[in-house]
Amino acid sequence: MSASVHSGLLPGAAARRRRRGDAAFRLVAGAAALLVLAVLGLAALSMLLGGLPAFQRFGLHFFLGTEWDPVTKRFTALVPVYGTLVTAVIAMLIAVPVSFGIAVFLNEVAPAWMRAPVGAAIELLAGVPSIIYGMWGLFVFVPFMSDYVDPWLDATLGQLPAIGVLFSGPPLGIGMLTAGIILAIMVIPFISSVMRDVFALVPPPLRESAFALGATRWEVVRQVVLPYTRSAVVGGIFLGLGRALGETMAVTFVLGNAHEFSLSLLAPGNSIAAAIANEFTEADSAIYRQSLIALGFVLFVVTFIVLAVAKLMLLRLARRAGGRP
Amino acid sequence: MPMSQTVTPSSSGLVVPPAGQAEDAVHIAIRNLEFFYGGNRALKSITVDMLRRQVTALIGPSGCGKSTLLRVLNRMYDLYPNQRATGEVLMDGENIIAPGLDLNQLRSRIGMVFQKPTPFPMSIGDNIAFGVKLHEKLSRSALDERIEWSLTRAALWDEVKDRLGGSAMGLSGGQQQRLCIARTIATRPEVILLDEPTSALDPISTLKIEELIDELKHEFTIAIVTHNMQQAGRCADRVALFYLGELVEVGTATQMFTAPREKRTQEYITGRFG
Repeated sequence: MSASVHSGLLPGAAARRRRRGDAAFRLVAGAAALLVLAVLGLAALSMLLGGLPAFQRFGLHFFLGTEWDPVTKRFTALVPVYGTLVTAVIAMLIAVPVSFGIAVFLNEVAPAWMRAPVGAAIELLAGVPSIIYGMWGLFVFVPFMSDYVDPWLDATLGQLPAIGVLFSGPPLGIGMLTAGIILAIMVIPFISSVMRDVFALVPPPLRESAFALGATRWEVVRQVVLPYTRSAVVGGIFLGLGRALGETMAVTFVLGNAHEFSLSLLAPGNSIAAAIANEFTEADSAIYRQSLIALGFVLFVVTFIVLAVAKLMLLRLARRAGGRP
Repeated sequence: MPMSQTVTPSSSGLVVPPAGQAEDAVHIAIRNLEFFYGGNRALKSITVDMLRRQVTALIGPSGCGKSTLLRVLNRMYDLYPNQRATGEVLMDGENIIAPGLDLNQLRSRIGMVFQKPTPFPMSIGDNIAFGVKLHEKLSRSALDERIEWSLTRAALWDEVKDRLGGSAMGLSGGQQQRLCIARTIATRPEVILLDEPTSALDPISTLKIEELIDELKHEFTIAIVTHNMQQAGRCADRVALFYLGELVEVGTATQMFTAPREKRTQEYITGRFG
């Protein structure tokens, strides 16, 4: 107990002040984090409450009906929900293989000097504002679709039984196919950069082991890289899907905003986000506005689920890459 | 050449060579091999032989070029830009670092096992089948036979025969490394390269792998990189010491450890440098 050196212990009051400071710091940091959760929860709640009258009034029919009539005040969601899902699916069908190709090319095939510039160019695509895609879509891409692609699809695939109904109709250029293609271009940077990052996480000795057995690049990618990163690749795809579901501006320009149900991908349609953006200012009755808010709630729930799945899938790879020697 | 004098061609009592193949004692002849990482010369005019169905241990301090030499033998360096080799590496007379060579075929003849176990994210059986299916078209039963053959050779069959369909990731480190060896011999290569195969393993697993190497050399030509002098002494027929990208000395294990010709060899094996 005899202290031959000077003890530098803080006096009681100062030590307490330090502890109080730490407690305050924890409180502030915790509050900042909780704020985000609170905002998210309250936003969902207010949308649910705002849309509740519409859900109550139209019941299950809200999701099954195709009419959207401000005059008779009947609003149902099938057309925008269908349009949202179909455009997103088209976007994924195009974007996933292209993104995969980009990621494999940049990680495995491209010569070293090409990787950085091409990678940067693709990431720049992600920075283009969606209004630009919308304008380019309407003024350049829509005429191209109506002059060349739509008539050709109508004359070929449109004549087939069963699937023909998806590809027949007047060549307007505007429609779900066009919107899906524009969406694909918009989500490719996101999906390809996630894929590129997770492919790079594969331990070099694992890749080299496959090469050492005499595998070709494609065999290594298909049988080692993809299985190793499978969950993260799916996560990246869902990340892109989340964006495609919620994209508003570009889709509004090229989708046609028609509240008529049509199976044909060449026909104009509507999406949830586009309907809200277009019609909120014109919503002149309470139930009109409530129906739009209810639509918003549906979109919120769908994208929330998609993004939650994406995060979970991405975490799984991070855990494995970090957890195993 | 001193190396050809150290080994008398008494390999007659061993395995009968495949028909039609000249039974030359020298399997791989490395001649004036230089290797570059960009502008950095990592191997300097290496000339050394690897004898058929013998274990050659490559020893030396870190960064001396011994792993680089392994990566030349199966052309692994080809995966990376800015890495190149000059000189000759003759396997049964054929220069395997010549451009235009079929790398996939070469790598089916020269297998490699890495420092850390690298099981593929698939079942134990599929891990073995992976390499086999790349080069051969076998019936299901022939494939199963091959899987059992290679796992038995790798002293792993008894431990995994009831769970071939289970994930390879669930095996212990030592089992994973034996799986990697089984996977390598499953394609029936002529040469096996082992890059510090036991450095991540516990002593018991290490012992098993060393016993395995002793078995495998009856069928395969083996090159092993190791930092462990005892291991080199236990496993190797011949030992080559590298230092700063140069070959210091090569000879039989007995000669290298008891009567080294070079002073640096003496110093390295007694732990005075490196």
